[in-house]
Amino acid sequence: MKEKLGLSKEKIAEARERAIAICAPVLDFIHEHTSVTVERATLRLLGADGADADGVPVPNLVVDSLRQNLSEGAALRYANALVVKGMTPQELNSAITAGLDISKIPLGDKTAARAKAGQLAQAYLDRIRNNRGHREKKLAEFAGKNNSPLLYLIVATGNIFEDVKQAQAAVLNGADVIAVIRTTAQSLLDYVPYGATTEGFGGTYATQENFRIMRQALDEVGEREKRYIYLTNYASGLCMPEIAAMGALERLDMMLNDSMYGILFRDINMYRTFVDQKFSRMINAYAGIIINTGEDNYLTTSDAYEKAYTVLASQFLNERFAYAAGLQAWQMGLGHAFEMDPSIPNGFLYEFAQAQMAREIFPEHPLKYMPPTKHMSGDIFKGIVMDNMFNFVSKATGQGIHLLGMLTEAIHTPFMMDRYLAVDTARYVMNNMASFGDDIEFKKDGIMVRHAHEVLDKTLEFLREVEKTGLMDAIEQGLFAEVKRPKDGGKGLEGLLAKSPEYFNPVESLLEEELGIL
Amino acid sequence: MAHIVRPYGDTLDDGKVQLSFTLPVPHGLKAQEAARIMVLGWGFSDCEIVHSARISDNFTFFVAYAKTERGVDYDAVEADRNEEEKSMSMDEVNEFIRARIGRKVVVVGACTGFDAHTVGIDAIMNMKGYNHHYGLERYSMMEAHNLGAQVPNERLLEYAVKVNADAILVSQVVTQKDTHIHNLTNLIELLEAEGLRSKFICIVGGPRISNKLAVQLGYDAGFGRGTYADDVATFIVKKLAERMER
Ligand code: B12
Repeated sequence: MKEKLGLSKEKIAEARERAIAICAPVLDFIHEHTSVTVERATLRLLGADGADADGVPVPNLVVDSLRQNLSEGAALRYANALVVKGMTPQELNSAITAGLDISKIPLGDKTAARAKAGQLAQAYLDRIRNNRGHREKKLAEFAGKNNSPLLYLIVATGNIFEDVKQAQAAVLNGADVIAVIRTTAQSLLDYVPYGATTEGFGGTYATQENFRIMRQALDEVGEREKRYIYLTNYASGLCMPEIAAMGALERLDMMLNDSMYGILFRDINMYRTFVDQKFSRMINAYAGIIINTGEDNYLTTSDAYEKAYTVLASQFLNERFAYAAGLQAWQMGLGHAFEMDPSIPNGFLYEFAQAQMAREIFPEHPLKYMPPTKHMSGDIFKGIVMDNMFNFVSKATGQGIHLLGMLTEAIHTPFMMDRYLAVDTARYVMNNMASFGDDIEFKKDGIMVRHAHEVLDKTLEFLREVEKTGLMDAIEQGLFAEVKRPKDGGKGLEGLLAKSPEYFNPVESLLEEELGIL
Repeated sequence: MAHIVRPYGDTLDDGKVQLSFTLPVPHGLKAQEAARIMVLGWGFSDCEIVHSARISDNFTFFVAYAKTERGVDYDAVEADRNEEEKSMSMDEVNEFIRARIGRKVVVVGACTGFDAHTVGIDAIMNMKGYNHHYGLERYSMMEAHNLGAQVPNERLLEYAVKVNADAILVSQVVTQKDTHIHNLTNLIELLEAEGLRSKFICIVGGPRISNKLAVQLGYDAGFGRGTYADDVATFIVKKLAERMER
C-alpha cells in the first residue's frame, strides 16, 4: 500500500532502537530463568500427557515431584525414568498417574537420558513441522479464497460441542478465523485441564482435546467451503508455553500471545510473564503460528484518544520481544483498536489516521484490528453503525486480521444471529468500498496527517521515558494502561526459578537452533 | 383509574413491536411460517415476517413486526429506584457527613470472585471518577479502599473488618451462567455465618445489576448502568445516618 502520512523514517527507526534498548535487560533476565510452566511445556513436547484421578495433569505431577531439582530442568529426570524403567512415554505416563514418583528413581546414565530426551523432542518438533507443512499446503490449495482482511469471530459458549456448532455456522457465514474464548478463570490456573469440557463461564476451557475437536470441525467445514479456516486460542495466563505447545501439536494457526497482557490485566507476576512469553513465542515461531498481541486492552482502562501513543509504544515492544523469540514479521498480528469515545468530533478521522499509521509503521505485519467494545451500549442499533465505521477503516487501511464487532457487545457473549449480522454487514461495507484505500490520498497537514505525526512523536517521547526508567519499573509506576504492578507482586512468582549451570532443556536448544536465536 | 399504555408505532395504541430471533431450522417458506405462528403464539394479534435469512444449514434468522393488544397499567408500576429523589453532590455528601455522622465514613470496594473487570468499580471509587463525577477516594469525608479485581469474598470481608468499614461495595460484571448470583450469595452467607451482616451496609453494582435483584440476594441496594459515585455515596450516608440515629 502506498504511504499517505509522510511519517519520519528516522523517528520510526529511533523508536525501534529504543525498543531494543528497553527489552535488552529483560531478555538477559529471561535467559537465566525458567518456570514451572516452561518445564511442563517441555515435558509435553517429550510426551508427558494425561491426568490422574483427581484431574492433575501428568506434567504437573512430574514438575511438582521434581520441585527440589527443577533449576536443572525437568527433561533429564523424565528421560531418565524412561531409560531406567525401559518404558515408552505412554507407559510412564500411566505409571505416574498411578502414583509413580520419578524423583525417587536414581539418576542412571546421564548421557543416555540426554540422548533419549533429544530424540523425543525431535520427534515432537517433527510433528509440529508436519502440521505447519499441512497448513501451508492447504493455504496454497485454497489461495485467494479467504477474505481480506481475515474475518475473525469468537465462540464462547463454555461447551466445546456447542462451540463447534456455532463455529461451523460462523464459517458458513463467511468467517476465516475462529477463536475459542477461554473460560473466565483459566488464565489464573497453574495447570491446563485435561480432556473435552462442557462447562465454562464466558468461555470454554483451553484443553488439548478441545483443540483437537475444534480443529477437526473447522477442517471439515473448510473443505466444504474451500477456504482454510484459522483456529485461534490464548497462549496467555499462567500456562502460556504449555498452551503454545498444545496448540502447535493440534495445528492451531493463531494465538493471542502478548508479552505484557498477563501482567497488566490478569495481575500475573512480571518476571514470570516475561520468562513464559519467550518460550511460548519460540514454540509459536517454530509452529508457523501468527500471534495476536493485546494492545487493544489498554484502551479499555485508558482513554483511546489520549493514550493512543501507549498502543504504538507497546507494539514496538511486542515486536522486539517477538523478534527475540524467533518470530517473523508476518507472524506478528500486532494489536490495536477502534475504541474512541463516539462523542468526540472527528473521532472517525483519528481512528482512520491511527489505523493507517500502524499499517505504514508495520508494513509486513498482519495487524490485528479490534472493534469498539468499551463504548458499545445496549443501543444495538447504534452499535451496528459503530461497528461498520470500524469495518470501513479496517478495509480502507488494509488491516490483516479483523475481529468483527458485535452489536450486543455490552450485553452478552455473541448469539448466533449477532455473528451473522456482523459478517453480513461487514461484507457489505467491505465490498462496497473495496478499493477506497487505494483511491484516496490524505490532505497534507490535514487533521489525519497531523494526528498521526503527533501520536508518533508522543510514542517516541514515551519510549525514551521508559528506557530511562527501565521497563519493569515503568510497569511498577503504572506507565502502561494506567495499571500499577509491583515487581514482586502478582500471581505465579513462586513458580519462577533461576537456571542452574546444569540446566538441560532439549526442546529449548533445538528451537534456538532451528530459529537461529542462539 | 387504570392508565393502560401500549407500544406506539405511529398511532396511539397501535401496539407495534419489532422483534428479531433465530430458529434452529433450515431457511425456507416453512421456516417463515413457523416463525409467524410462533410469534402469534406469544400473544401477538398480528405478525409479519419482514426478513428471513439463512445463517447456516440448520439456522434461520428472522425480523418480524407484530402487534399487541396487551398493555400495562402505568400507574401501578413501581420503578427499580425512586427517580424523584436526587442524589447529593460530592460537596453535599461531605457536608451531610459532617453534620449527621461526625466522622469519616469508611468504604471498602472490590470486583470479586474471578471477575477481572475493574473499570466499573474504579469509576465509582477512584479519585478520577467517571464522566466528570469524582470517585469516592476524592470525598474528603470518606475513607475509600479499592481492593481491585479478582478479590475472593473472604479477603474482602477480612479487609472490611480490619479497617472497620461502614459499607462494602461489590462489583459484578460477568453474569454468564449466573456466576454473579452464586458469588454474591456466597458473600452474604459468609457475612451471616460470622454474624457480621448487620455491621455493614452491603451494596452491589454492575451493568446487569438492579436494585430489586440486589435486595432479593440480601444486599441493601443495587446499582446498574450509568451509576455515579454521587448516587452510591448518597445512599450510604443516608442509610448510615438513619442507622446511627435509630
Ligand atoms: C473492558 C472489558 C474487558 C476488559 C476489562 C479491563 C478491566 N481492567 O476492567 C478485559 C479485556 C480484561 C475483559 C475480559 C473479559 N471480559 Co469483558 N468486557 C469489557 C467491556 C468491553 C467493557 C466493560 C467496561 O469497562 N465498561 C465501562 C464501565 C464504566 O461500565 P460498568 O462496568 O457497567 O460500570 C458501571 C455500572 O455498571 C456501575 N458499577 C459497576 N460496578 C459497580 C460497583 C458498585 C459498588 C456500584 C455502586 C456501581 C457499579 O457503575 C459503573 C459506572 O457507571 C464489556 C462490554 C461492554 N461494552 O460493556 C465486556 C464484557 C463485560 N466482558 C465480558 C466477558 C465475557 C469477558 C471475559 C470473561 C472474556 C473471556 N472469556 O476472557 C473476560 C473476563 C475475565 C475475567 N476474569 O473477568 C462480557 C460479559 C458477558 C456477561 N454478561 O457475562 C462483556 C459484556 C462482553 C461480551 N459481550 O461478551 N473485558
